Amino acid sequence: MMQLECPWCGVRDESEFACAGTTHIVRPPLTASDREWGEYLFFRDNPKGLHRERWRHVFGCGQWFNVARDTVTHEVRAVYALSAPPPGL
Amino acid sequence: MKYSALALVRGALTRQANWPAVWRSPEPKRRYDAIVIGGGGHGLATAYYLAKNHGLTQVAVLERGWLGGGNTGRNTTIVRSNYLYPESARLYDFSLRLYEGLTRELNFNLMLSQRGLIDLAHSRHDLDSMARWVNAMHMNGVDAQLLTREEVAARAPLLDMSPEARFPIRGGFLQPRAGTARHDAVAWGYARAADALGVDIIQNCEVRGFSRGPSGRISGVETSRGPIASERIGIAVAGHSSVLAALAGFRLPVTSYALQAMVTEPVKPALDVVLLSPGTGAYVSQSDKGEMVLGAALDLFPSYAQRGSFALTQGILAATLAILPAFSRLKLLRQWAGIVDVVHDSSPIIGATPVPGLYINCGWGTGGFKGIPVGGWTLAHVMANGRSHELAEPFQLERFLTGRLIDEAAAAGIAH
Repeated sequence: MMQLECPWCGVRDESEFACAGTTHIVRPPLTASDREWGEYLFFRDNPKGLHRERWRHVFGCGQWFNVARDTVTHEVRAVYALSAPPPGL
Repeated sequence: MKYSALALVRGALTRQANWPAVWRSPEPKRRYDAIVIGGGGHGLATAYYLAKNHGLTQVAVLERGWLGGGNTGRNTTIVRSNYLYPESARLYDFSLRLYEGLTRELNFNLMLSQRGLIDLAHSRHDLDSMARWVNAMHMNGVDAQLLTREEVAARAPLLDMSPEARFPIRGGFLQPRAGTARHDAVAWGYARAADALGVDIIQNCEVRGFSRGPSGRISGVETSRGPIASERIGIAVAGHSSVLAALAGFRLPVTSYALQAMVTEPVKPALDVVLLSPGTGAYVSQSDKGEMVLGAALDLFPSYAQRGSFALTQGILAATLAILPAFSRLKLLRQWAGIVDVVHDSSPIIGATPVPGLYINCGWGTGGFKGIPVGGWTLAHVMANGRSHELAEPFQLERFLTGRLIDEAAAAGIAH
């Protein structure tokens, strides 16, 4: 089973966590066109390889954090705070 | 050669030594009238209908691995058309109707078995929503009937109907025309029929880039076996759609997930209907070989690994045993996953892309197998004519920008 390292609770099984998809997405301003808004809501890079995503330790401390993970090998490359800038990898 | 009873007898008398190859393995030509990327069910069906419906025979199918080795060989082989909205009902029922005639048309036994599919209701609320669902299907002209608890028990006696059942079964509904088809045969049948019409099926040929002409129109692909020119290209690669789209310079509203399934050891016939329990996540049928085919749920984080997590394996088995406790003695034979292309409204995308001349068929998510005939039919139509087939008009990429989604997430019956 894949394991993730919660910044507060340490290494736990994947089944304790929930993934909320791509992180670092910036909400466009209210003046955004329909196209920009649709892009923001639905369109994703969906990379084969390194993906920066947000996770929540749902069945644990309940905290959110960011993970940089490989979508092919599932290797976790970095775990960092939700508001932190993406680490250079 | 035409397959028939006579051909079988002839084969028996000649020690099975004279069967011809089912399709050729040609070297790629430098130019085609149309190229289909992806040698799974959808891609092969597209090539077949390009040749048969539209008279295009200079067509190539490019497959990175081997034919039918992706999701076509990894699904749980269920076909059905029990959808909620009129657009979806038209699309999926057209697909099921094509399946019904396909064995004869392709001269290849798809072993279509319309044994029926029962959705199980575990609560009063399930019964209410199923009544609505059945009514919607009737309004759309699709077969469906509500079942009482006793009728469900009679169709599937192994279900736990005892008073202590953890997930009591209150009833359900049946789509009689739903069932299973042999997944490999669908790929092989389309491949053989397309090949006979002159389509080149090229395996071990990975697309690594696209080229565009001065007008911006697509002009060909770069592959591991050299450049191939064409001004009409269709993508049918399911979980890898975003990878191909990135090569062409655009994004899709798609996230790739691993969809898991497994089979038990083969046993004598014990279950002659497909069972789906949306409440527990169990999705069970028995293959013609006798294996119990168990599916199918997503690992809910993006993945391109065709494995599936142990946490989910355990969840699927627990759900299955909760409704079918007699299966607890069966040994698990194989477990695997396929990478599926999930979109927010759980409906496919079939049509134009931002690149002129480049078309896509994706977004089927966890339900692509049943859509193979109509996916091929409608992608071939838009590739040949430059405009969408009427069945595919509501299923355009544009809907994610206009907001006109076709939200089948609930009606597909399993968590997407």
